[in-house]
Amino acid sequence: MSIGIEDLAVYLPRRRMARHAIAEAHAWAVPSLKHLGRGRNATANWDEDSVTLAHAACRQIATGTLDSLKFCSTSQPFADRSHAALLAEALAQPRTLRTMDVSASARAGTSALQEALTGDANALVVAAERRLAKPGSVEEISYGDAAVAIRTGRTAGIAEFIGSVSSATDFVEHYRSSGASFDYGFEARWVRDEGQLPELPQLLPDLMRAHAVSSSDVRWLAMNAPKRVRQKLAKELSLESINHDMTFEAHVGQCGSAEPLLGLAECLSRAKAGDVVVCVGFGQGLDVLLFRATGQSPSTDVMALIEGGVEDTNYLRFLSHRGLIDMDWGKRAERDVRTAQSAYYRERDQIAGFVGGCCKACGTIQFPRTRVCVNPECRAVDTQVPHPFADLTGTVKSFTEDWQAYSPAPPLIYGNIGFEGGANILMQFTDTDEGATQVGDQVAMQFRIKDFDRVRNFRRYFWKAVPVEGATDG
Amino acid sequence: MAEGIRDKVAVIGMGCSKFGERWDMSAADLMVEAFNEGIGDAGIDRDQIEAAWLGVFFDEQNIGKSAIPLSNALRLPNVPVTRVENLCATGTEAFRGAVYAVASGACDIALAMGVEKLKDTGFAGLPERTHGTFEDLWLPNSTAPGAFAQLASAYSAAHGISMDELKRAMAHISVKSHANGLKNPKAHLQRAIDEAQVLNAPPVAYPLGVLDCCGVSDGAACAIVARPEIARELGKANIVSVKALQLSISNGVEASHSSWDGAHTMTTRLASQKAYAEAGITNPVKELGMIEVHDCFSITELVVMEDLGLSEPGGAPADVRDGRFDADGEVPCQIDGGLKCFGHPIGASGLRMLYEVYLQLLGRADARQLHGIEFGLTHNLGGIPNRNVASIGILGGLQ
Repeated sequence: MSIGIEDLAVYLPRRRMARHAIAEAHAWAVPSLKHLGRGRNATANWDEDSVTLAHAACRQIATGTLDSLKFCSTSQPFADRSHAALLAEALAQPRTLRTMDVSASARAGTSALQEALTGDANALVVAAERRLAKPGSVEEISYGDAAVAIRTGRTAGIAEFIGSVSSATDFVEHYRSSGASFDYGFEARWVRDEGQLPELPQLLPDLMRAHAVSSSDVRWLAMNAPKRVRQKLAKELSLESINHDMTFEAHVGQCGSAEPLLGLAECLSRAKAGDVVVCVGFGQGLDVLLFRATGQSPSTDVMALIEGGVEDTNYLRFLSHRGLIDMDWGKRAERDVRTAQSAYYRERDQIAGFVGGCCKACGTIQFPRTRVCVNPECRAVDTQVPHPFADLTGTVKSFTEDWQAYSPAPPLIYGNIGFEGGANILMQFTDTDEGATQVGDQVAMQFRIKDFDRVRNFRRYFWKAVPVEGATDG
Repeated sequence: MAEGIRDKVAVIGMGCSKFGERWDMSAADLMVEAFNEGIGDAGIDRDQIEAAWLGVFFDEQNIGKSAIPLSNALRLPNVPVTRVENLCATGTEAFRGAVYAVASGACDIALAMGVEKLKDTGFAGLPERTHGTFEDLWLPNSTAPGAFAQLASAYSAAHGISMDELKRAMAHISVKSHANGLKNPKAHLQRAIDEAQVLNAPPVAYPLGVLDCCGVSDGAACAIVARPEIARELGKANIVSVKALQLSISNGVEASHSSWDGAHTMTTRLASQKAYAEAGITNPVKELGMIEVHDCFSITELVVMEDLGLSEPGGAPADVRDGRFDADGEVPCQIDGGLKCFGHPIGASGLRMLYEVYLQLLGRADARQLHGIEFGLTHNLGGIPNRNVASIGILGGLQ
């Protein structure tokens, strides 16, 4: 029975930080960054982390019944709390779903994908990164934030899985100790010569032979390594048909454990039926996975997303959103946002999953879900069944842009959102700009960070309204 | 149908502190300042007070919980004292407690005190507060100006009135209140402003600028209420009587049901209709000689004119600009300067409004005295437009 990739989806944050803006900010101290100043990096909003990025990727896929959900990241917000379990709640998945967090290597995404393809079959594997880098570093100008979700299954929707091989090597080209914010890396030339170049030629030829894959069929190589390294590898492996131009490199940046999967997503989006894609995760060894494209595209337009976004040159905001400068947000920011975990647990399907209620007596949908129906004509008691709001489109009934409220991205924009079916919710907006909102605008729902409890090192998540692009005039 | 409160209770004395940044005054000091005036006005002895209600809102940085701070500050004779809190209607709630106690016959004379010490927070605006363990998980971190500012966007859309036009009407409201406050020595802000200043003020929450917002201040106000016979026994010639006291509290419809348009305050409509019936008012525009409404923000006052039935739906901007609510208009609004010039020490505001109506009815309002007032109305709107507490008080002369 064949197994493969049924579908995949990419989520990239709206803002794309122009690399030249980073280089210009540091020209006084690190003029050499100018040479890296072409292109842009996908940059998470202040309310996005690897969990919300992952969520945004996953929800684009019609998952069907899953056996497991694997969350992969090296920039996960918690050291001890299952992000996969949180994601399962936020995706309103059944409680019996097996969940797993995979971390600690840039191979996290490929390793989890390999596990899914050789074991679970019906898995959702998502790799997401929002890594920090020191201001002025090469990493800062190179890193991007991204998430890629892959649905594996027993039908090869967009790619057939051919086979895979792995190696484990304690090659420490970079590391990040527990609790540290930044990577510590070694010289790129050593990484290339001793790490990235030697291992693949030891693994790939045997794998190809074992599965009777001919060199001429291999048209794509997705690997978290620079283009020049991939070119050199292809040459050494006599894989002369490979197209090495990866669009995401100039539009997204290096995205850690999500990068091999983002490369795979781009390759499969561009591949023709029969093309073989080599997907390589590099990080203390290699994961090498072979796929054969079916020619069917992912259900979302990966390339449009990669090339889209809004260019940003505001370096100070970039630093602030990543917590790398300590802005004075005034005394309102001192507000205590301690979470009563017991209250959250009671209501977690409403908060994480955005599951409100629908009154069986009158059909009114409402959030929050309560025991007594909110419809003034109804008021029935204990008639509400869970009703998901996550995929609903709302209409802006009223809004403000609040300069007094604390927000890491002032002004805080929020308003009353009306929903067809009877609901109204006062919601925060995100991924929009001052002056862009009008009454009557259509908004979609996005799972985001609500706030940070800096006293107790906690963060809360809820849903926010984002403009539906193209839904409004002007 | 209940009888209602009309003419069952008289106001025999009122006091109001100077409102403002009272850096040198504690909440207790402010209560004493208001009380000294009130008890002197009533002409009774402190020991004649049989019960008291304290209205105070913020716990976060104020006088703490319970009614003890009032009993302590005034050294009340160990009588029942109850603390009440109901958002911006808190002062009116204290008044309602005292009035209902007298009306029930439980006591002859009762005190209502409202106080708030806001200027110990160290920053402008109101202190941050929690909405409870559940709602803090999902409600936006909104502010009062941001919450009320939304009335403007919804009103503009609902009535097809451009934001520029609406903002000019809103500016007229602030200019009018400042002109009134200039004549009130107890007001916090005592300076005239013009429309251009309002329109060009720094933004607070779209479309509100700083001069669309009421001040933030410290203050206290109190009322001493009694059975009308006691007022007569005290030799009061003109007796001010409670004509109506109504509250309406949101039950989640505005917050969670799409039937609310976001452009009006439902509870104000409900409370005022009940209050007019209780007071026997059938034509509020003609019968109300003055109104003190909850002008926390200019847009609130504008929208409330329609909710009180003083303007037709969509007609408030034109009525405002035509001067209907100016000092020399048909229904003078905020003749004392309003929240706009007094600021809004939450617990005190409802009683401060009643204080102005009381002065006007007794002809003691000096430079701002109006004439021929039969009824004066007070209105508080606590919370935010989609979940709030509206209170209406109506005072008039005892027949």
